[in-house]
Amino acid sequence: MKVVIDAERCQGHGRCFSLAPGIFEFDDLGNGVVIGDGTLTDETIELARLAQSNCPEHAISIEESA
Amino acid sequence: MTIKPPVEDFATDWDHTDERWVQDPYPIWEDLRSRCPVAHTDRYGGGWFPATHAGVSAVANDTENFTSRTVVIGNGRPEEDALPAPIGVAPPITSDPPFHQIARRLILPAFAPGPVNALEPRIRELCVGLLDQMKGQEVVNGGMDYAQYIPAAVISRMLGFPEKDDDIFREFVHIVLEGVDHPREERIEEFAPIEEYFTAQIQDHQERPRDDLTSYLLNVEVGGEKLAIEHVFGTMLLVLVAGIDTTWSAIGASLLHLATHPDDLERLVNEPELMPFAIEEFLRFYAPVTMARLVKHDMDYLGVPMKEYDWILLGFPAANRDPAVFKDADKFIIDRLENRHLAFGLGIHRCAGSNLARLELRVAIEEFIKRYPRFEVADRRAVTFAQGQVRGPRNLPFRVLA
Repeated sequence: MKVVIDAERCQGHGRCFSLAPGIFEFDDLGNGVVIGDGTLTDETIELARLAQSNCPEHAISIEESA
Repeated sequence: MTIKPPVEDFATDWDHTDERWVQDPYPIWEDLRSRCPVAHTDRYGGGWFPATHAGVSAVANDTENFTSRTVVIGNGRPEEDALPAPIGVAPPITSDPPFHQIARRLILPAFAPGPVNALEPRIRELCVGLLDQMKGQEVVNGGMDYAQYIPAAVISRMLGFPEKDDDIFREFVHIVLEGVDHPREERIEEFAPIEEYFTAQIQDHQERPRDDLTSYLLNVEVGGEKLAIEHVFGTMLLVLVAGIDTTWSAIGASLLHLATHPDDLERLVNEPELMPFAIEEFLRFYAPVTMARLVKHDMDYLGVPMKEYDWILLGFPAANRDPAVFKDADKFIIDRLENRHLAFGLGIHRCAGSNLARLELRVAIEEFIKRYPRFEVADRRAVTFAQGQVRGPRNLPFRVLA
């Protein structure tokens, strides 16, 4: 499973990197960015879901990988 | 001030300056959601108020049909005071695409988490200093002597204004706040000291550049050119107008909640790990800011006939209590896990200072409840809310409990 931020939708509310700093970071403008390739483990999936459910712009998605 | 006729039905004649709306708008919005859900008024030259999350989101995300040229509702139709394009009075909040993105990208780095988080020790020191000054008082004023001072000092330092001018600076905040519905002529006169002070500061920063926001705005280049002085001035004005009473209101409303909900206060004192969730719930439940847009052209939208230059009041605080989006929307849940609130707006105009506001709010609450783990409202009648598009308690007499 992978977490993805839609950069077009992200407006820099900062909820993802505040709630899940191990999964997300911020760029120079304060927009959220996924750390690495966004692959989630059993340990990180819940945090990624928490971030997803707090993004006001619905910019975060979690993709079931093949 | 002109005497306005009282509102009989907020669905057809809303007025955000009506005393009932100012003191307790939530039942009004709930009623509107159940029967309109886009309320109309002929006041202010005509306007609409979407009371649902869906309505607010649609308008906030639609820059084709709505303009941000004026974001504060004034008396009369807005086309009467045509605004200079493309900069607007206070870029980027008063800018539309495509200029908006240029103006916004300029200021975002200054308000990104990196530079903002570096301010935490200074903000904490400021809060502790204010609390020290209250020492020995049985009744402390969490509004006038605490919440008010924090953002004023933070913003003033950020712009690089000297500490000795903090009283002057706070006076500017009052001018900005209290004159919102004054006639235009009067308003220009009231703003003269602010203009004079800012002009002197700009000149001083031109002569002696420093590491602060004013110098940054004066030196930053877009396409190889420095910003027009009106742009620098406008952004400084925006930071003054948008950065102070908003945060003051949020800190005040949160402290008022804790003063009136001892169970939540006790939990927050004993379970500091709840703080990140509590902060978001304070912001959802007591969101202070509503913003306006103007309709660009006649159209049917959200099922109502909108006319060019009608106002739209974006009730982010109303959207935050829409049960269609939030479970138990009318309940304050200090450990609410899912919270997509719109306290900082939505879309391209998301509050540029949201990282700073959250930091100030968190540190202000942390230090206050550390000093006063138990407190209550000393005089309920003395707690009043300010009128306007930034709503929050100004005067907060708290009795300190043992």
